[in-house]
Amino acid sequence: MKLITAIVKPFKLDDVREALSDMGVSGVTVTEVKGFGRQKGHTELYRGAEYVVDFLPKAKVEVAVADQLLNQAVAAITKAANTGKIGDGKIFVTNLEQVVRIRTGETGDEAL
Amino acid sequence: MKHLLNSFMLVALLGFSGFAVADPEAAVAAVTPTINKGDTAWVIMATVLVILMVIPGLALFYGGMVRAKNMLSVLMQVFVIFSMMAILWATYGYSIAFTEGNAFFGGLSKLFLIGITPDSMAATFSKGVYIPEYMYVAFQLTFAGLTPALIIGAFAERVKFSAILVFMLIWFTFAYLPMAHMVWYWAGPDAYTDAAAGGTAGATAGFLFQKGALDFAGGTVVHINAGIAGLIGCLMVGKRIGYKKESLAPHSVTMTMIGASLLWVGWFGFNVGSNLEANGLAALVFVNTLLASAAATLAWTSAEWIIRGKPSMLGGASGAIAGLVAITPACGWSGPMGAIGLGIVGGAVCFLAVTSLKTLLGYDDSLDAFGVHGVGGIIGALGTAVVASPALGGTGVWDYVTNGVAEYSISTQFISQLWGVGICIVWSSIVSFIAFKFVDIMIGLRVSEESEREGLDISEHGETAYHI
Repeated sequence: MKLITAIVKPFKLDDVREALSDMGVSGVTVTEVKGFGRQKGHTELYRGAEYVVDFLPKAKVEVAVADQLLNQAVAAITKAANTGKIGDGKIFVTNLEQVVRIRTGETGDEAL
Repeated sequence: MKHLLNSFMLVALLGFSGFAVADPEAAVAAVTPTINKGDTAWVIMATVLVILMVIPGLALFYGGMVRAKNMLSVLMQVFVIFSMMAILWATYGYSIAFTEGNAFFGGLSKLFLIGITPDSMAATFSKGVYIPEYMYVAFQLTFAGLTPALIIGAFAERVKFSAILVFMLIWFTFAYLPMAHMVWYWAGPDAYTDAAAGGTAGATAGFLFQKGALDFAGGTVVHINAGIAGLIGCLMVGKRIGYKKESLAPHSVTMTMIGASLLWVGWFGFNVGSNLEANGLAALVFVNTLLASAAATLAWTSAEWIIRGKPSMLGGASGAIAGLVAITPACGWSGPMGAIGLGIVGGAVCFLAVTSLKTLLGYDDSLDAFGVHGVGGIIGALGTAVVASPALGGTGVWDYVTNGVAEYSISTQFISQLWGVGICIVWSSIVSFIAFKFVDIMIGLRVSEESEREGLDISEHGETAYHI
């Protein structure tokens, strides 16, 4: 099992969810996050005081998938979140040791 | 315009009292002082509008500009200062400001509002026309409540609540009350029956009134007075932790816009109410107030757009307030085009003051109490000499002895205005300096660094503005 952590533009969140549902992923976790990458921040001016905003808002999508679905899921997210402009985000993949469905106690692929 | 109006009023009064006198001056002397119900209704309404200006107008205007962790501290400071001033006003403030004393302080004859009854009358600006003194007390109370609250903008986000309250008590007593007495106290129009009586009555008026300084609704008494106190305050308190290093950006420009709009609406009570009568002059004051703030909004916005690249909402809101401040002393004497001119100058100069002057001199006037109220007040007070000129569409100054517009000279009036501005700056600076020093020694002005980092809402008031 793999855990996919994707940082995407907030307005692309719905497209990503749709793409994942279409390929059979039954659940994701979304968090509003801030960070910086290659995309530059912006400056804000309040009565002459200038503030540089370095951390830009992004959406973090976490989804656990079975090994055989990994490539398809990563491709779906990449396609859905792509605008071709700087700041589209990144996808991180990590190994996932265990998954438990709390209601039934099922574990592993059964719990996904 | 005022001349026409007064003649009209005279005819009306003559009609009511049944006199048929050919000589208008004799008629004026014969008029029995009466309370005018229409004027009374307007002053009641105007008083309510000024309260709206302070709470929630000023509180939200200022509150939006601080960080979220200090929102409640600002709201609470404005709320409690207003309440405290109301009680002080009734206890001794009204008496010291608005009874006869010397040229700087009034007397103590109306301490605790003693002697005022529902039948007591307060003069307006027309002979024989009065409003109930209780309403005059209440109307002026709102001014006394607003002015100290303006000061907190200069040192927001870092001063102890207790220190602010003690400072305000001292400042109100020794800066606000004498300024109000100096500028506004006079015997009323009915005392000016002839040249000799006018001379006697004039000698009892406040110092700046005698100097001929014009201040219709509080350019000196309210705005310069508070702005200077703010400047002294932010210099003595010092900068906020993280000034120019961390983001101290406003937490809600939306709140600031709502506050500015409430101030704008309430200002019609402030300026038009200061006329004390619902007549043609009130209508002129209304139009002037409306046009000056609109012109200043455009001036600030244009200046910001050209110089900084983008027109901001905070700039627009600040511009409106700068225009309102600038027209305040002039609103009863300016013509509409003069008001637009004064608004443009006020908006542009205040923009430069808060964006360039502040950085140049390096003081941390958090919410620009000095930059907008001090600077705007000075522009307005000096500009009054220009826009009041009948040659430039102003009304000139009414002479209650001759019952006509007096001869007007811009340069003479400008000298009078300089007296008002100069005395106000010096007086307010000295009182503020001593008061801040005293409070600093007694209880300390600043909160601890830890409290400032945590935010005043939690450290001073034990609550949080937003639970989202």
